[in-house]
Amino acid sequence: MRNAMIIDAKDNVAVAIEPIAKGDNAVYVCEGREVSLPALEDITIYHKLATRDIAKGEPVVKYGEHIGVASSDIKAGEHVHVHNVEGHREDLEAKE
Amino acid sequence: MTFYGYKRPDGRVGVRNYVLILPASVCASDTTRIIAQQVMGSVTFNNQQGCSQVASDQQLTMDVMAGYAANPNVYGTVVVSLGCENCQMDLVVKAIQERTNKPLKQVIIQEAGGTLKAVDMAVRYAKEMVAEASLLQKEEFPLSELIVGTECGGSDPTSGLAANPVIGEMSDRIVAAGGTSILSETTEFIGAEHILARRAATPEVHDRIFEIVHRYEAALRLVGEEVREGNPSPGNKAGGITTLEEKSLGCIHKGGHSPVNAVYDYAKQVEAKQGLVIMDTPGNDPSSVAAMVAGGAQVVVFSSGRGTPTGNPIAPVIKITGNKLTFAKMEDNIDLDASPLIYGTKTLEELGGDLLNMVVETACGKQTKAESLGFTEMAIARVCNYV
Repeated sequence: MRNAMIIDAKDNVAVAIEPIAKGDNAVYVCEGREVSLPALEDITIYHKLATRDIAKGEPVVKYGEHIGVASSDIKAGEHVHVHNVEGHREDLEAKE
Repeated sequence: MTFYGYKRPDGRVGVRNYVLILPASVCASDTTRIIAQQVMGSVTFNNQQGCSQVASDQQLTMDVMAGYAANPNVYGTVVVSLGCENCQMDLVVKAIQERTNKPLKQVIIQEAGGTLKAVDMAVRYAKEMVAEASLLQKEEFPLSELIVGTECGGSDPTSGLAANPVIGEMSDRIVAAGGTSILSETTEFIGAEHILARRAATPEVHDRIFEIVHRYEAALRLVGEEVREGNPSPGNKAGGITTLEEKSLGCIHKGGHSPVNAVYDYAKQVEAKQGLVIMDTPGNDPSSVAAMVAGGAQVVVFSSGRGTPTGNPIAPVIKITGNKLTFAKMEDNIDLDASPLIYGTKTLEELGGDLLNMVVETACGKQTKAESLGFTEMAIARVCNYV
């Protein structure tokens, strides 16, 4: 059953649209194809999980845009939130 | 795609055909209520401003008043002033005439000899104007004549997941058809302004996007408030929002993926056929909607996770939610359920098409739920502003 979604094909996080228990598969559709990925932790509804490994310092992408950078290595299936992401606005503004 | 609307003498096209009874200040607002109650086909609103304001604050009120009279949904306007307010009749009339040449009548309560005589005069003017307006026939126009305002309020996580992306898809289609879409709520792009600025069509627009955000932050700092602090809020974080960029990205999705062609100050006249533009408005819904309508928006599309009732005196407001529970609970207030996007039963393209069809049907005359309930609440921004 579909229990997660991604908003843009470039995203590296999916959003849980139902609560997902640790060990259960997160199932979402990407570009018309159903993708299944085991959740490594409990994911609260509307919280995010990584759809692929994200190395420390890499951008976290949702809506096809950077929403922050990984503050530690994140494995596919892990919960992505304030404990492993930090805002990156200042960096981007410096590039303007 | 086309819609049926009313051609105005200034060249613009309306989707409603109201006579506006415009109160120049708070002191004329009860009088305009009495007048509008006497004249079917007329509308008014409660103007809480118009007097005792500093110049920059008064300008916001003047721009909304002039913009409402000039909005193409209005056939003509009867301005009613008390007589001694700061927003003097001659100033209001001049501001309206700078924007439009539509029918205009004036009633000054203190000169007319009090409330009853002013009501008598204004009711007769308004009845005559409604009779003229009723003779006008609708004509067919391309979507390029539409200016659509977009707004979100009472947001929840589904707003960014479904309702706002669906509005963005509709916005991109309006833009592709040669029309205009207004993205509003400056306070809600804070944190994503650099992303919006990347989509600016020119370096001037790029700089203006930063300017309106920094100006807003500076204005709030004057009263000791910091917008970025505490954002996302603990409630946002518990709901799954991690960073301010993420929160603001959910909001700016209402603007779709089109380039940003212009940035307008609050309630200023928006040119037609502009593509996607930004207006500097507060997040406060009635005052943001009022600014876009004053800018000339004939239709407003409004997403709400929790379900808000907002209407407007002269523009239909279409309500959309991404939360299926909210739609089930608040169906009397909400026009479109965007939750099928989340559950995969409809695509973004399908729902964007559904919303575009609803915009066109509404432009052709179908009442929105807010209209059928008679909701006309509005507010006007202040210098010490809403957020």
